[in-house]
Amino acid sequence: MNAAGILQIVVYFAVLTAGAIPLGAYMARVYSAERTWLDPVLKPIERIIYKVCFIKPDQEQHWTAYAFSCLMFSVVGLLVMYAVMRLQALLPLNPASQVAVAPDLAFNTAASFATNTNWQNYGGESTMSYLTQMLGMTVKNFTSAATGMAVLVALVRGFARRQVKTVGNFYVDSVRSILYVLLPLAIVVTLALVWQGMPQSFDAYTEATTLEGAKQVIAQGPVASQVAIKHLGTNGGGFFNANSAHPFENPTAFSNLIEMAGELLISAGLVFAFGRMIGDRRQARALYLAMSTMLVIGIGVCYWAEAAGNPLVQAMGVDVAASDLAPGGNMEGKEVRFGIANSAIFAAATTGTSTGAVNAMHDSFTPIGGMVPLVNIMLGEVIFGGVGCGLHGMIVFVIIAVFIAGLMVGRTPEYLGKKMESKEVKLAVLCILIFPLSILGFGAVAMALPAGLAGMSAAGPHGLTEVLYAYSSATGNNGSAFAGLSGNTLFYNTTLAAAMLIGRFLIIVPTLAIAGSLAAKKIVPPSAGTFPTHGMLFIGLLIAVIVVIGGLTFFPVLALGPIVEHLALAAGTLF
Amino acid sequence: MIKQIVPSILLTLVLTVVLGLGYPLAMTAVAGSLFPHQAHGSLIERDGHVVGSELIAQGFSKAEYFHPRPSATTDTDPNDSTKTVPAPYNAANSGASNAAPTSKTYIEGTQALVDQLKAENPHARGQVPVDLVTSSGSGLDPHVSPAAIEYQLPRVAAARKISEDDLRALVAVHTEGRSLGFLGEGRVNVLRLNLALDERWQPK
Repeated sequence: MNAAGILQIVVYFAVLTAGAIPLGAYMARVYSAERTWLDPVLKPIERIIYKVCFIKPDQEQHWTAYAFSCLMFSVVGLLVMYAVMRLQALLPLNPASQVAVAPDLAFNTAASFATNTNWQNYGGESTMSYLTQMLGMTVKNFTSAATGMAVLVALVRGFARRQVKTVGNFYVDSVRSILYVLLPLAIVVTLALVWQGMPQSFDAYTEATTLEGAKQVIAQGPVASQVAIKHLGTNGGGFFNANSAHPFENPTAFSNLIEMAGELLISAGLVFAFGRMIGDRRQARALYLAMSTMLVIGIGVCYWAEAAGNPLVQAMGVDVAASDLAPGGNMEGKEVRFGIANSAIFAAATTGTSTGAVNAMHDSFTPIGGMVPLVNIMLGEVIFGGVGCGLHGMIVFVIIAVFIAGLMVGRTPEYLGKKMESKEVKLAVLCILIFPLSILGFGAVAMALPAGLAGMSAAGPHGLTEVLYAYSSATGNNGSAFAGLSGNTLFYNTTLAAAMLIGRFLIIVPTLAIAGSLAAKKIVPPSAGTFPTHGMLFIGLLIAVIVVIGGLTFFPVLALGPIVEHLALAAGTLF
Repeated sequence: MIKQIVPSILLTLVLTVVLGLGYPLAMTAVAGSLFPHQAHGSLIERDGHVVGSELIAQGFSKAEYFHPRPSATTDTDPNDSTKTVPAPYNAANSGASNAAPTSKTYIEGTQALVDQLKAENPHARGQVPVDLVTSSGSGLDPHVSPAAIEYQLPRVAAARKISEDDLRALVAVHTEGRSLGFLGEGRVNVLRLNLALDERWQPK
């Protein structure tokens, strides 16, 4: 760890916060249907879309109709994407002559993109045509992100409204998320990324003759337009197999900063939008601080572990000290232009949010460095989390935290003036149970079956971590991987797809039920007995609840995976 | 029910056209006119032929060239399409080793890389730079660290029969510091440096 590395972490947070606050104010206006400066351009387009799609923007929905629309929209999108992949060989814009994607892989990939997971059991440049990347990946990157944002907005309305039956209109919230937030940002980011060196063309793969006379086929394509929304929408599915480690998908340290900031920008902005929509910005500040604290700890631990390097490699007389002339540390699976600090920030940011893009290979991280992204996912994808999903996941933890605080003082818990009663707490617990049930359940099945064991590339504790990471990533809708796992098999394609769908929709439905239940409640004014939820005490309690729930549930299996591997590495034991 | 399903289908179709065709095509047109070199893959031509992309590593094994980082990319096995075979610097199938830090194969392989590097660079000074014995995340990392260039410099100078100081002066021109002084890491683009080498001193 050195001063330059720490400065980069500080700059990252400064850029992020400076962008998130004004974006939050803007998004609050978007979701309250107030005038924005983009109205003159976008309002007419918005009206046409409603008209063509038979959407009645003034008709609000009960939470059940909202949830049903959300499910339908996701299912239709999943089917369209599946069809595009299956038919790509017959469709245009396929210069590399990619064949139809196999049914199980196509199902896995469609489920993956419909749930904002973007797990890659495929190598983009060797499997998907340009048209698939556009009609499939790019479109789902927008729509799955917008779905998450819409669900959050419904939940926030649950808090802001009193005694009403409706939570908003799903289609309006989704269309406004895309038109007013995602698309304008994606256009700006696309151009910035091309400027930094990212390809954006329909050229066929180029054949070059290298200086030493070898043939090299260079894959490219309409990369930047996909990658921009891949980060902004916390999607993470790469155009290329190597994702954001690929020099075409992340050409410079500056493009890396754009991508890392893009991953958190909307999620962080939504926290501030939440504060404005409920009319209490102190609450937003508290959640922002809680999320930032956990993110900083993750970055710090990962940076420290990776900068220390692999002791066995160091023992071969390899220099792992960082300087202006050398990145040092553990460089296996990392790129020189990013070095250690930017790989650690990226790893923590991409897993704290549910992005799942990678600029370095988590599978080759040191045991403790690789445990950070795994734990970030296990904690529930609430360290900013996916766009929308992160904050609604965090609010679920808040409900649990105020419930526990209420138990301690013997009062009915309340949050933002809404009483948290048995129904809300039960639904919140349901959301939280999904993670351990899916991760440990599927993990145990994979460990028990030959088809599961066959996927591991590493022997010893690292193999367990690969499998555990896969189901955590799928359930958390993250999409990053310990990519040594051979996931493109019938077993993993189907079980991972199931974990993604469970992790997405079994959380969205109870969350919307909470939204509906809250919207129907009256708001009680705070009294002397109300537990304040904007102070340091509450921030501490909230973090403790998240860590205890995540920690207690997963600690035994972490002890068998990364922790025992760390001890083995220190003792020089190999597998 | 139907009331909810119809908008789902129509909205999916409308958005597929707007976001799946309109947005990427418009971006391609705008980006192509603003940044044509980057938009088409930052290709480098020499004598009218494409020799590579400045962002994509290519293999170098001759002594008179600087070598890039090891690459773990693969290609489909020509004899069995369900298997892969090592194919370093395969720019049509990026990828990493994904080796575990406690893998016996990985540690033994790294030891072999260290031994080979030392054998190729008998006059190198100092310890082995870590980036030269670890494969990159993409398998296509176009850069190595300045330390990795310095490590190989005596070999390249000897192979080209030029003075180390002359070569060091050329390297300095191609060494990039951290962007804006603090972002990323110091680095040297291997392909661009090797092209400059060829331009200045024809290989003998």
